[in-house]
Amino acid sequence: MVSIFRSTIIDQPIDAVWRVLRDFNSHYLWHPEVAESEIEGGLPADQTGCVRRFRLKDGDELREQLITLSDRDYVSTYCILDSPIPLLDYVATVRLRPVTDGDRTFWEWRSTFRTPPGREDELASKVATNIYEGGFAALAAFLARGGQARLRAAAAQPVARGEAVEAEAIVVRDHGGPTVLVAETVRVPPPGPGEARLRQTAIGVNYLDVRLRAGPNGLLKPPATPGVEAAGEVMEVGDGVSHILPGDRVAYACLPVGSYAAIRTMAAHHLVVLPPGIDDETAAAAMLKGMTAEYLLHRTCRVQRGDVVLVHAAAGGVGLLLCQWARHLGATVIGTVGTPDKARLARDAGCDYPIVAPDHDFAAQVREITKGHGADVVYDGIGKASFAGSFEALAMRGHLVLYGEATGMPDPISHAMLAEKSATVSRPVLFHYTAAPDTLRDMARNLFRMIESGALKVSINQRFPLREAPEAHRRLEGRLTTGSTILLP
Amino acid sequence: MKVYVSSVVEAPAERVWERLRDFNAMPKWHPGIADSRIEGNQPADKIGCIRNFYTCDGGQIRERLLALSDYDFSFTYAILESPMGVTNYLATIRLVPITDGNRTFCEWTAEFDCDPAREGELRELIGQKVFKGGFDALKHQFAKA
Repeated sequence: MVSIFRSTIIDQPIDAVWRVLRDFNSHYLWHPEVAESEIEGGLPADQTGCVRRFRLKDGDELREQLITLSDRDYVSTYCILDSPIPLLDYVATVRLRPVTDGDRTFWEWRSTFRTPPGREDELASKVATNIYEGGFAALAAFLARGGQARLRAAAAQPVARGEAVEAEAIVVRDHGGPTVLVAETVRVPPPGPGEARLRQTAIGVNYLDVRLRAGPNGLLKPPATPGVEAAGEVMEVGDGVSHILPGDRVAYACLPVGSYAAIRTMAAHHLVVLPPGIDDETAAAAMLKGMTAEYLLHRTCRVQRGDVVLVHAAAGGVGLLLCQWARHLGATVIGTVGTPDKARLARDAGCDYPIVAPDHDFAAQVREITKGHGADVVYDGIGKASFAGSFEALAMRGHLVLYGEATGMPDPISHAMLAEKSATVSRPVLFHYTAAPDTLRDMARNLFRMIESGALKVSINQRFPLREAPEAHRRLEGRLTTGSTILLP
Repeated sequence: MKVYVSSVVEAPAERVWERLRDFNAMPKWHPGIADSRIEGNQPADKIGCIRNFYTCDGGQIRERLLALSDYDFSFTYAILESPMGVTNYLATIRLVPITDGNRTFCEWTAEFDCDPAREGELRELIGQKVFKGGFDALKHQFAKA
């Protein structure tokens, strides 16, 4: 009898690891040796007695039966029923234990089996090295790059290539309050030339979505699916698409709207491939706001060491990223927020001087903090309510960047006003910067590098199922959110 | 109630076990234990032997060895007398090799009864000061070795 024992430490909480391992059919998603797998008879993958039939990458087909599953002890035991590899009476157990020191997971994988005489060492080595040790490394990598989201996506129905499929999506039939966001089943066509079909795993929620939902505008014409940002896996690509492949993890932030959907077919040139260090949820939360911060700080103007930067809504989605990134560039960061709690968040993100100014009365304080100099750059996404103050707080030869109008369009400005302080006023739009594929990829690369290095922390503080999009909008409009909000199909 | 603490020591399980299996050796590795002796001159690996020791803050504790396994790298003991105010106290230390990196996964579990009002305090004392404190000391000792 051959006995194998292998064990490792996975740098993830035990529940995250167990969620994958308790699914008897998950191995084809993360194990490098397994090509495809299904549970026979359509049984649930956590039903004791279920049988998984799977194919290894080298073509061998095996059947294994789940004979113990314990959520209490984090144990899964299974045996081989049929295998072209002569592992006889093979019984294996996977067991997890929590490592309380560091919230990690101890994982042991053991088995006993017989082999034809003389083949013990060869088969023991294959099982221990290829299956167990290879599995350890692969699952750790899988979890690190957003495996949870992929697991959810795979639980959805498989899709036939080249055919339209049905999927859940939010549809707006009339402009109005959050209740106009209604979950429906829609048909998603196969990708045409230049397109890709995605199984989306996480969807970003932005204030822009609220605005486009609420009243008539040129970007969302009912009936339509809202949303401009998501991450997911490429299911298939149409003719002429070469920069992505089925199976790639990708993300986007772009028009036209349509991201509030479980499956989406869209123009492939908007999609950027995610590096292993960026998980799906982070990408969905960071693409629009992160690339916005990227172009605002590097392209609309170039923030330099020593600049004084004023960031409005400093605890909001874009605000938190602007604070961290501007600070990383060596700027002095002043931020406005609505409440003391948000001031703390902004301070944690690197805002040197948070100003609590629910009524947008901040210009005098900016003057005071900067000893009369004012802010060299002002990032204003608020619009009407803050614009006059922003201009007042601007330093001589300063640059006021208006990148949104959450409170409406500000009053017009005159050349004479600009001449008062040789001011520059910009009204940039993200989608004009991302229109060129090369620029888009540069911006995404800068963003991902900042996140991977830890210099930029993306805080996902609200997660909702896709069908609860109305509640997500209610919170965002009610100024009850901090950091990023995502929807999960 | 139950207290569970686990950690990873950067040394092979055989070496960690060598240090832990001596039921009389707590003062050698645990910073909270001042001195210890086995009652009645019995061997420290005789099942049923009693260790009688003083903690660094002066408390006297008597514990009986109930199980010791060189096969499982584990031992179990019960508290007979202590100033902690616990009853039916049973604890187990168990080591499991981590083949990936030749390290050791260490677990320390205790189950006992106590005054419900003192659960938080005892969880802190036993889980953090005694168990985690012990494992941290082991990690430190084997990191230096």
